[in-house]
Amino acid sequence: MLAALIIVFREVIEAGLIVGIVLAATKGVPHRGRWVAYGVVAGLLGACLVAAFAGQIANLFSGSGQEVFNASILALAVVMLTWHNVWMAGHGREMARQLRGVGAAVSAGEQSLMALAVVVGVAVLREGSEVVLFLYGIASQGGTTGMGMLSGGALGLAAGAALSALMYFGLVAIPPGKLFSVTSGLITLLAAGMASQAVLFLQNAGYVNVLMRNLWDTSWILPDGGEGVRALIGKMLHTLVGYSAAPDGAQLLAYLATVLAIVGLMRWERSRRRSGHAVPKPA
Amino acid sequence: MLTSSIMRWSRMALLPASLLIVAAGCGNDGGGIPVTLKNHRFTPAVIHVKANQPSLITLTNDDDAAEEFDSSSLKVEKVVPSHDTGNVRLRPLAPGKYPFMGEYHAETAQGVVIAE
Repeated sequence: MLAALIIVFREVIEAGLIVGIVLAATKGVPHRGRWVAYGVVAGLLGACLVAAFAGQIANLFSGSGQEVFNASILALAVVMLTWHNVWMAGHGREMARQLRGVGAAVSAGEQSLMALAVVVGVAVLREGSEVVLFLYGIASQGGTTGMGMLSGGALGLAAGAALSALMYFGLVAIPPGKLFSVTSGLITLLAAGMASQAVLFLQNAGYVNVLMRNLWDTSWILPDGGEGVRALIGKMLHTLVGYSAAPDGAQLLAYLATVLAIVGLMRWERSRRRSGHAVPKPA
Repeated sequence: MLTSSIMRWSRMALLPASLLIVAAGCGNDGGGIPVTLKNHRFTPAVIHVKANQPSLITLTNDDDAAEEFDSSSLKVEKVVPSHDTGNVRLRPLAPGKYPFMGEYHAETAQGVVIAE
């Protein structure tokens, strides 16, 4: 039962932290709850599909289908996170000034919400499919251990959701003027971590074979996987900011390139808006 | 509303997917080191590979439950469904020991890769 609790907790935390960041980043945007809910529901449906067809997916791409699939949906999430941040760079200040009633801003905001709903869906799909496969394996064994494991899973779900909620409330306690810069920063690092993870999957699929030497190894201080509290902290940092205990050159390159690309695009959008059509200052 | 957004999502999902299908042609195959999972234990549980060159483990899951081959030191997370076989590709490894586990049954499913 404890094992089930820990496994489900770990997966829920990984998706939950991402949902928490998305919710904090869209504080004050109309209809955000609905879009996040779409993302969660689509992610859960997708998770069941992916779990059901795990064998078929794995057999694609000469047996590397799973890795290619993971890399693709991570790349999709990186694009969506980038889109959101660039949009926020253009509109964040107006929204902070309570100008969100402007029709154009609201419809563009809805597009940005759609992008983030995709991110939520991808996160729920990835972690959810693992939970589904794990719990299905237990349920098929049946008996009293099965029941104990399932209740362990339920407790893990509750604990993971509670910790994610804690992070959300911690974030939204940040004063509104600073919240957007904090969440933009978090989303940038989240995207960079996902890009680095996508490269890792392409390496494991055999498509990326360069710069594979580990640059350093801090797993003795903070491992990014395995068992124990330190490993859990490392794993959470892995999800949030892409922490890797022993990154190789290709992973680090993907990380830095994503940070530079997002920061660069945000600056470009900000200066474009400033020089192009000046936003009237509210009285 | 919902269906149209799902349509839009799936269209967005197609772009990276189609890019990767182009890359699919250069995939590589071939026999690896056979490892079997039965009663949530790996056989062999100690796997020897040559250091500094890539290697391949062909993991057959003979259990009724799916398993995730998981190792942070090998940088691998790979789900192998029940009664199925999966390729676990290992990067070139510096000489040393690299523990791995079956994440879903970690009490018993433990093993180590030794690169030498």
